[in-house]
Amino acid sequence: MKQIILNYPEARKSLKRRPRWGESIIQGLLIFSGFFSIFTTIGIVYELGKEALLFFREPAVNLWAFLTGTQWQPHIEKFGILPLLTSTLITSTIAMSIAIPLGLGVAIYLSEYATPKTRNLLKPILEVLAGIPTIVYGYFALTFMTPLLRTIFGQDTVDIYNMASAGLVMGILILPLIASMTEDALSAVPRSLREAAYGLGGTKLEVALKVVVPAAISGISAAIIVGMSRAIGETMIVAVAAGAGPNFTFNPFKGAETLTGHIVRISGGDLSYDSIDYNSIFAIGLMLFFITLTLNIISQQIVRRFREVYE
Amino acid sequence: MVQPQSKTENSHYVLEAKNLEIYYGSFKAVTDVHMNVERNKITAIIGPSGCGKSTLLRAFNRMNELVSDSSIRGEILFQGQDLYASNVDPVVVRHRIGMVFQKPNPFPKSIYENIAWGARIHGYKGKMDELVEYSLRQAALWDEVKDKLNQSGLALSGGQQQRLCIARALAVQPEVILMDEPASALDPIATLKIEELMQELKKNYTIVIVTHNMQQAARASDYTAMMMLSKDGERSGTVIEFDETKHIFTNPKDKRTEDYVTGRFG
Ligand SMILES: Nc1ncnc2c1ncn2[C@@H]1O[C@H](COP(=O)(O)OP(=O)(O)O)[C@@H](O)[C@H]1O
Ligand SMILES: [Mg+2]
Repeated sequence: MKQIILNYPEARKSLKRRPRWGESIIQGLLIFSGFFSIFTTIGIVYELGKEALLFFREPAVNLWAFLTGTQWQPHIEKFGILPLLTSTLITSTIAMSIAIPLGLGVAIYLSEYATPKTRNLLKPILEVLAGIPTIVYGYFALTFMTPLLRTIFGQDTVDIYNMASAGLVMGILILPLIASMTEDALSAVPRSLREAAYGLGGTKLEVALKVVVPAAISGISAAIIVGMSRAIGETMIVAVAAGAGPNFTFNPFKGAETLTGHIVRISGGDLSYDSIDYNSIFAIGLMLFFITLTLNIISQQIVRRFREVYE
Repeated sequence: MVQPQSKTENSHYVLEAKNLEIYYGSFKAVTDVHMNVERNKITAIIGPSGCGKSTLLRAFNRMNELVSDSSIRGEILFQGQDLYASNVDPVVVRHRIGMVFQKPNPFPKSIYENIAWGARIHGYKGKMDELVEYSLRQAALWDEVKDKLNQSGLALSGGQQQRLCIARALAVQPEVILMDEPASALDPIATLKIEELMQELKKNYTIVIVTHNMQQAARASDYTAMMMLSKDGERSGTVIEFDETKHIFTNPKDKRTEDYVTGRFG
């Protein structure tokens, strides 16, 4: 065999540390992007807090009334967040009660039952569904889901604008998101674990539900939390279909404005800068922020307790 | 093709492969296999890598069909019954013919739950604590883990993990245990432990073990199947010689077996 001469001149000379510019530049960029995202987040929270503080400084506002008041009527200086909050929670709960079971079902089907061919066909479709602009879903709720609900439950029971319709369609919106993220988490579970379970005489369902799902639980919870945050923050569907006016009710067939829906509606008009209405938007925003934060913290606790770490 | 001496009547073979061919799609990975597995014996499958040892082993508990387009021709009998007959449930087959894999693969659950998993899915009615202890004792692991049954199975050493996997397999009371190079990821001491364990287990179980370790096959097995690619230039593996282990290692009939077991192969 022909001998070739391997020539690494740099290594021959000395053991001294050499500058590696490429590495340093990349490292710098990565650190910068890390800090950049942290600083923007801090900036947003700061701005939110500052404006919200202005709102709470108003003589007409008091924190207790804000948190427990059941009326949100800015023109008569009633600022109770509960009607907006309950509406947000009701629409989100309806959405999640559709999206979680169906999303998990779809994901388990795709990852454990579908042939590779079916999976490769269905997964992109799911992802496209998740990319449809939400305003389209909003009108779908108003022109399809609402009439459907009204036919089923009666014109008198179901308002034209109602939380149920918005919540259901929001569930349909979130389903592919949860399904897709869950499918990723399930597919990441090593094959060797499935083989172990099949080797013990497990059926497909037992393997899926008692080995694969528990092993993927932290990814699945992440999917659910992202879905919930999406539901709580979702704006267009509720703005179009859930109702345009704060309404303190637990009846899903009634119209009631959500936190986000309210922000959209009043900022659509000509709000003057530094008015009490304007500042109230930030207080509502802060509320949304705390809800998602709480959800995240709770989910982290849950995940920490139930996580099964695999190599 | 040499059959083992003790060829009296069919019924005392636990597994019999007849004219067996195994395919992945249109690729014939294993061809023309005839071999019998005797009860309460250790049967080793040896041969160079890629010759189809794992494929053959996984055909014995219908594990191969989890690969979407695999299929077999010919016959495998389990206690005289056609393993691949259309009315045979592969789930039940895998319950009665257990498997231990090359890389230890405990569930990411506690040691206790690893053992209990199989028992639960098969509706075990007895005391779970007893079963867990019994299985771990059988796998010679009890003394090492009895104080930490609630710790993750993954926190154990490689050798302990593999014995946990053996204990887990024993907990569902299989009749046969298939082992695919169970010691290849382990150090020599852990390997020896597994081999000692196999000698204990064969009193109650029938064991088929794939190994690429000649000494291990020679030391630990009663029968040996020597596999090799069937002809030069062909990609299908087959069993070229099957006999009592002592014959395979001291007096092989096939020149290729002799070359392989004496290390003159390739
Ligand atoms: N899932 C599979 N799909 C297609 N071919 C496979 C698969 N598993 C193994 N093979 C092929 O079958 C042959 C035998 O493989 P294997 O049984 O793993 O050999 P061994 O265990 O003796 O190393 C090899 O050529 C391998 O590439
Ligand atoms: Mg192999």
